[in-house]
Amino acid sequence: MTHDNSIVVENLVREYRKGPRAVDGIDLRVESGEIYGFLGPNGAGKSTTVLMLTTLLPPTSGSALVGGYDVATQGPKVRSVIGAALQEAALDPLLTGRDHLKLQTMLQAIPKAERKPRQEELLERVGLTEAADRKVRGYSGGMKRRLDLALALVHRPSILFLDEPTTGLDPQSRTALWEEVARLAREDNVTVFLTTQYLEEADVLAGRVGIIDHGKIVAEGTPAELKAEIGRPSMHVIPCREEDRPRITGLMERFGESIGSERDLAVRLREGVGLADVIRAMDAEGIVVDDVEMRAPTLDDVFLEKTGRTLEGAASGSDPAGP
Amino acid sequence: MSPLPTQIGALARRSVMRTARQPASAIPPLLFPVALMLLNSGGLKASTLLPGFPTDSFLAFALAVPFIQGALFSTMNAGTDLARDIQTGFFSRLSLTPVRGSALLAGQIAGIVVLGVLQAIFYITTGLILGVRFAAGPAGIALLLLYAALVAVGFGALGSFLALRTGSGEAIQGFFPVLFVFLFISSMNTPRNLIAVDWFRFLASVNPVSYLIECVRSLIITGWDAQALALGFGFAVALAVVSLIAASWALAQRMERT
Repeated sequence: MTHDNSIVVENLVREYRKGPRAVDGIDLRVESGEIYGFLGPNGAGKSTTVLMLTTLLPPTSGSALVGGYDVATQGPKVRSVIGAALQEAALDPLLTGRDHLKLQTMLQAIPKAERKPRQEELLERVGLTEAADRKVRGYSGGMKRRLDLALALVHRPSILFLDEPTTGLDPQSRTALWEEVARLAREDNVTVFLTTQYLEEADVLAGRVGIIDHGKIVAEGTPAELKAEIGRPSMHVIPCREEDRPRITGLMERFGESIGSERDLAVRLREGVGLADVIRAMDAEGIVVDDVEMRAPTLDDVFLEKTGRTLEGAASGSDPAGP
Repeated sequence: MSPLPTQIGALARRSVMRTARQPASAIPPLLFPVALMLLNSGGLKASTLLPGFPTDSFLAFALAVPFIQGALFSTMNAGTDLARDIQTGFFSRLSLTPVRGSALLAGQIAGIVVLGVLQAIFYITTGLILGVRFAAGPAGIALLLLYAALVAVGFGALGSFLALRTGSGEAIQGFFPVLFVFLFISSMNTPRNLIAVDWFRFLASVNPVSYLIECVRSLIITGWDAQALALGFGFAVALAVVSLIAASWALAQRMERT
């Protein structure tokens, strides 16, 4: 195993024939043992980036070193140090969980004597020991994702790529997967490159986050740094009566710029303005509201600031490389 | 020790296991050709009265057909399975392992060969139970199994080529009738020299499937017919070589990995 678990990407580009420039000159660096959250809507270029970094798609130009190996010229060496759970659990519904692990240990050329113990260890780790002999077609989404992760770990990779690992999972399965990924980075010093559409996932798991939009990285930093860039909190108000909306909007816009939301009325408060200032103004005008809330900046605010859209609103179209 | 044999074995095992766990796709290649053979044997029995017909048992004459028909079924099933692997991303998972492209193809085809030989054993056993005597004897049966393996390589590689090119199970299924046309315009039901319609005799004579069938038929009816064996094995080898080259090329195109 190499001691260099880093990912270094410089001006990476992928153009599709007669298609868009899916990845448009990105630069990024992920250090050993770091969890890097790659955030963006469908079609932003996340999956294409992962396919290039995992050697499954040659870059059009630029360079990427994964574990110290060049993805364009040292594919087999890159593959020997990485594990990947790609978008959608790519499993055979007719095989059992144990069959999958057996196949994977053989294909990864794990010595015969180590295969079975490794299979059992991984089944135990992802909590699938009891379901190991059931066909995968009977697995829940969470079980499939956990098996997917176990398969990616068979050869003890030092770098792990997870492409939207929790999409479609229930909150409990999502949390369980987060815990396992965090443990891998913390205890085994595995570098994790994680793509996600979920802001919460990036916030909870990632040490640093890169936001990609239209193939370009538009922001990068720790979640705290990115939120600090936004700085000011937002204020959210739910009116008591629908007819008060225009009046409340007008009032709130005196204290900050509107960051419109369908559910509530919201403004990003100007520097020096506090909750009490707005409440006093509402009181003075006799406005009654159902709820008032101050929110610290979130990654969604960061996304909005950097791209001009909310992540939810931007989630249209699909990544040319993604399913 | 090189991991290559282990990897090929693992992929072949998966291929066989998949088929065994899908009775709906495993049974038709066994039963449908036999059912068609029995039907034809009943309906076309009178053909044996034609002057020059090579045997008085139409069953012995028709027994050659399931070998090729079963191989066609297997081709489609194997191709569909591979296309599904591409569609679901399982192929990408395999591409991320140290497995060489040649091992992926070899593993896939090895699985088809195992199934092809098992099918051949089933057809031979059925024939023996129904009273067919193999003119070439036990050595001929052994050669027949070898031939079945060779034919399975050819058709298996063809199915793999189609899957790798199209990446779509539906496209493979759509191609199935085209392959069956080759079977029906062959000498499957009548010896070529007894086909009275000129254009049909011509098509059957230029159709390689006729020679694939006649090779099997010679071992059952005639014994050791050097010409039929040479033509059958020759076309089977040619099919295998061409299909393997095409499948390897399609694999290289599909597997863009660096």
